[in-house]
Amino acid sequence: MIGPVRRGLARVFDAAERGLDRLAGPALNPLAQLGALGFFLFWIVAVSGIYLFMLFDTGVENAHASVEWYTTRHAWHAGVMRSFHRYASDMMIVVMVLHFLREFARDRYRGARWFSWVTGVPVIWFLYMSGITGYWLVWDQLAQYIATTSTELLDWLPIFGEPIARNFLAPSSLSNRFFTLLVFLHIAIPLVLLFMLWIHIQRITRPRVNPPRTLAALTMLALLAVAIVKPALSQGAADLAKVPSPVGLDWFYLPLYPLADASPGALWGVLAAATVMLAAMPWLPPLRRMKPATVDLDHCNGCGRCVDDCPYDALQLVPRSDDLPHAVEAVVDADKCVSCGICTGSCPSSTPFRSAGPLDTGIDLPDLTFASMRERLHELVARGTSSPRLLMIGCWHGAAGARAEDILSLPCVAAAPPSLIDYALSRGLVDGVVIAGCPESACYNRLGVEWMQQRIAGERNPYLRSRVPRERILSVWASPAEGARLDREIDAFKVQLAALGEAPPQTIDTPVIVEETAS
Amino acid sequence: MSAPVSIPRLIGLFAVLAAVTTFAAAFSNAPAYRQIPADTGVIKFSFSHSADRGRECRRRTPEELAKLPPNMRRPLDCPRSRRGIFAELAIDDAVVFSQELPPSGFAKDGPSQIYRRFTVAAGPHTIAARLRDTSRTSGFDRELIETVSVRPGQSLALDFRPEHGGFIWR
Repeated sequence: MIGPVRRGLARVFDAAERGLDRLAGPALNPLAQLGALGFFLFWIVAVSGIYLFMLFDTGVENAHASVEWYTTRHAWHAGVMRSFHRYASDMMIVVMVLHFLREFARDRYRGARWFSWVTGVPVIWFLYMSGITGYWLVWDQLAQYIATTSTELLDWLPIFGEPIARNFLAPSSLSNRFFTLLVFLHIAIPLVLLFMLWIHIQRITRPRVNPPRTLAALTMLALLAVAIVKPALSQGAADLAKVPSPVGLDWFYLPLYPLADASPGALWGVLAAATVMLAAMPWLPPLRRMKPATVDLDHCNGCGRCVDDCPYDALQLVPRSDDLPHAVEAVVDADKCVSCGICTGSCPSSTPFRSAGPLDTGIDLPDLTFASMRERLHELVARGTSSPRLLMIGCWHGAAGARAEDILSLPCVAAAPPSLIDYALSRGLVDGVVIAGCPESACYNRLGVEWMQQRIAGERNPYLRSRVPRERILSVWASPAEGARLDREIDAFKVQLAALGEAPPQTIDTPVIVEETAS
Repeated sequence: MSAPVSIPRLIGLFAVLAAVTTFAAAFSNAPAYRQIPADTGVIKFSFSHSADRGRECRRRTPEELAKLPPNMRRPLDCPRSRRGIFAELAIDDAVVFSQELPPSGFAKDGPSQIYRRFTVAAGPHTIAARLRDTSRTSGFDRELIETVSVRPGQSLALDFRPEHGGFIWR
């Protein structure tokens, strides 16, 4: 049941993301920056909220009047800020829902990724509580509806003494003290939300918490344009002697409030079931994954490249535990490792040129060793009959994922060290190498595409040696739905290779590469 | 470093972001929701009131008082717990609420509480509110029978305040 839903959703996201890739490029694709946009919108809400708080009167009598005053009399600054505050809050819900659905669609919530998923569940709760307490403060008819319905909802729980809803029984029953409490809540809950967001990103390295400046600027401009065209307004002062009906609801924050009117118990049931189900999803069913990476100390000099490259903070350097003359060694946190293999690709010991002894490397996947990669390369070369001869290094999660029979198929293209490409070409085993990874804006392993691009460009260790003819390498960053594009690019590449002729073997064989610097 | 994006593409991206923001703004206060039908009002029946004690207070004997520490020598020995309150609300002779409300608190020493909201058609209604908060087992100790005219969209609250004479409209 979950699988077909996930795959269907993945196709929808893929179509939307590739469209945005074509429009704005992978770096500015908003769907690839949902987490960063969420943080950015949080700061917009925080700054605009502080601004509005300076002009806000927290008393029952004057709360609505003060909001009206700055919305109408000072529309050009405070009114705009109010619209920023409202619409950026709504956008946070949009971004959060898209982020949640995208991670679900891409199956990036099971296995070692459970932590980010589970810690995202309270983020949902705190975001909703932040928004709902904010609406309350305006003390217009919507606020009155929210106040009465929220308190009736809370009163359904058998944990409060006197029903909280009695605070909104009649105009005379409301006190300034209650409003002071609400102001405190509307400040405290977003702070808890920020703390939860910080926890949410603890198990990934280099989390994107700031979108590219261009995207941030355009988001601000879009908010400004909508704030001017459709400013956020109140809905008339609250009057507890009247029922606020009809009332314009914020359907991002309050979609379930009509259910609360009908049956608070049913709503609590829905919320409890949804929370439990969301929190349990990483284990429904659990991800069958490969064994985590292991370190071979005999081949680890503690260089730290694997630590730098790991997208999941699963590696760290600790003092050496053996007698080798190095200060530190890498250790793997098996609970965080997703077995992407990027560490193997970054290890300077991962060189296929070695001929003596077993092809061990400093850090390896037990279920997909570096030695097996070289073995597979030789097997593919031996089987190959086409001309020009091609080696395709393909990611499981990209366009090449369905072609495992004829390619060197890896959990991430960055699991292949650049020396493997060098080996294939400089030994004259193939005429060209195709690297087929995920789309640039949607790398399944977050940083694999970026690291591979930088390695080929000579910008990141381990570099692809300068002697490797770049015209014999084709990089295709395509999603599973872009198989046709992959085929087209490969066909064009074959024509290019045919013009270049066979790759001549290098006359000088290469010894064991320990480290190489950019040329 | 990614390649610079052309102006038309930036405009296109802005259009996408503006469309999403417009979507957010559009649903931030619409469509309107109607909590109650147009020609109805609401009567809230709510009070927080402590019934009599669970049993009568007993006067301590001089011997009993002498055994107590000086600061605890109260002449009356009163139980902490309260009785429950039996409350009933009838609208136009139809009983819409009839329930025994237990005292709150672990020690059953808090007030009995109720908050209920009833949607009624606009127009005159005879409201009968009654409660029993003493040791009697039948009948009621407090009662209000009154005809009120409910306007469309009006919210009336019927509270119980002994210091104000019993049931009161707020």
